Amino acid sequence: MNKNGSKARLLQGNEACMLGALYAGAEFFAGYPITPSTEIAEGMARIMPKRGGKFIQMEDEIGSIAAIIGASNAGRKSMTATSGPGFSLMVENIGYAYMTETPCVIVNVQRGGPSTGLPTKISQSDTMQARWGTHGDYTAIAVAPSTVEGCFTETVRAFNLAERFRTPVTILLDEVLGHMREMMIIPEEGELEVIKRTIPDVPSEWYRHFEMTPNMVSPMASFGQGYRYNITGLTHDRSGFPTAVAKEVEEKLYKLRFKIERFIDEITKIRVDKMDDAHIAVFSYGTVARTALQAVKMARERRIKVGAIQPLTIWPFPDEELKRILSSVRKVIVAELNMGQLVNEIQRIAPRHTEVISVQRYDGNVMTPQEIFDKIREAVK
Amino acid sequence: METVVSQSNSVHHYLRSKKAFPNVWCAGCGNGIVMGALIRAIDTLHLDKNRVVVVSGIGCSSRMPVYLDFNTLHTTHGRALAFATGVKVARPELTVIVITGDGDALAIGGNHFIHACRRNIDITTILIDNKIYGMTGGQFAPTTPGGAKATTAPYGNYEKQFDPVKLAIGAGASYVARGTVYHVQALERLIVGGIQKKGFALVDTISNCHTYYGRFNKEGDAVAMIQDIRKKAVSIKTAADMTEEQLKGKFLTGVIHETDASEFCDEYQALVDRLAGKEGE
Repeated sequence: MNKNGSKARLLQGNEACMLGALYAGAEFFAGYPITPSTEIAEGMARIMPKRGGKFIQMEDEIGSIAAIIGASNAGRKSMTATSGPGFSLMVENIGYAYMTETPCVIVNVQRGGPSTGLPTKISQSDTMQARWGTHGDYTAIAVAPSTVEGCFTETVRAFNLAERFRTPVTILLDEVLGHMREMMIIPEEGELEVIKRTIPDVPSEWYRHFEMTPNMVSPMASFGQGYRYNITGLTHDRSGFPTAVAKEVEEKLYKLRFKIERFIDEITKIRVDKMDDAHIAVFSYGTVARTALQAVKMARERRIKVGAIQPLTIWPFPDEELKRILSSVRKVIVAELNMGQLVNEIQRIAPRHTEVISVQRYDGNVMTPQEIFDKIREAVK
Repeated sequence: METVVSQSNSVHHYLRSKKAFPNVWCAGCGNGIVMGALIRAIDTLHLDKNRVVVVSGIGCSSRMPVYLDFNTLHTTHGRALAFATGVKVARPELTVIVITGDGDALAIGGNHFIHACRRNIDITTILIDNKIYGMTGGQFAPTTPGGAKATTAPYGNYEKQFDPVKLAIGAGASYVARGTVYHVQALERLIVGGIQKKGFALVDTISNCHTYYGRFNKEGDAVAMIQDIRKKAVSIKTAADMTEEQLKGKFLTGVIHETDASEFCDEYQALVDRLAGKEGE
């Protein structure tokens, strides 16, 4: 609450993300300083001990992700936050979280890359890394808000998805969104749904940590609760013991993928604007989605029938829903702050009659509405 | 010495006898001896199995938790202490024990090792120190002695060695001990001491890898190697009366270092208590 008793706050995206995590019930944060994500760790260091939650600054990002996986298995909702180089360091242990079906949330406030790249500049070049970062087969969930309020609500949703599906969830912010300030109203308690992992209802001797269930997500006990089980990154059977039995290996990998993909409707979240009569669509996500809205407005003022599509869940990629939306447009302009990443996904799913146009910017600056507007004008010619 | 009253007369009370065996270790491996000592130490302390978490990294020794009937977490190579830190900070009331090897703890996991010592977090780490990478087939480790042969040191090792005991003392651990797989009862007592100690405890445990290290360096079979460990081990009490000359080629065993430094989770709780009642966000 601010001084005037209102719930309105002027917040940075990073701060909103941190407050969203607390709203979702985060009790444990581990992190390592890195621009442009550091405000999240700083906020957690200030608030967690006041709430009886846990904050620890680890020795590196590898340790940070390891610590949150350990804490999650000890029953705490957990989060870490980083940027590209740190995310790269984390990916082996993110794979461990996929394999061990450990719910946790990883925030990547993107900056330019590769390597140290542009620490203080905007980029969306980790989009594919959020999907394919770690080795092996798995299905990833990643969300990408575009407003400060979205940073809050999508963080709550990321925790819900992590707990619901027993999986790590990545939140992709970017430097501009992380540092930009906007007014937002902090939701009241109970206003947004908060989900907790399903806990076992069987006696401990029957408990299997990776049990196959009708919805494929196993109830999850925590350390110290009287269920003694094994967790390993080795491919394992339903009890958690290492296995190389073909049938069990296949079942495990099938589960990692389809416990998520079978329920894609629960995960998909797409915002559309002015698409009802649109012949042209602008597809964009994150900060660029704001630019796109402005470009669409400029075009509409010139009576061009164009609309905007913004996926808030970018992974798993919402194939079917987008195919439906794109079926009515002749052209789709994909605008990204990278050298073309999600445009390949759109190419893959676009109807044959829909032309795909890529707009890219990768010089460390935000895309301007004019850049997208110019492409729209070209497209109508 | 205090009287030992066993909770169960059988180690099977603490083993996943039906599910997890047979184990992956070579016949004669020291890992089983350490596992036995750990079980007896936990039995001596009457710890509730539900309140014990055993965490490991990757390597031969790190397979141990799979066989143990506790809360067990077999993690990624080198990262056991970072995972264990998360568990301990999340649930300080649990007893957290880390099983690691010399490659796991000192090479790939070196950073986590020194920082866990520095924080003096209440984790007991048993480092099974066999001076070689076993799981991958006998490459040299940060502990492999100069001149010793390994598959990646075919002409003899020309690198310098880490002494995990000195490293842990330097980094701030409050309990640093060294045992061996020959002196089994002493090892048990060192593990008991480590678990009882509030703060970071290292039990560096000298073990044998006759399959690789012994074979490459003509040190014989498991029995010969363990006899050699016996000859080279000198207890810290005995060493006090020995000259530098007499101690050449030997290593010290027992509790090498013990202090009463403050522990990480206690410090954090003190902060939480200090801030209690103050406005949150």
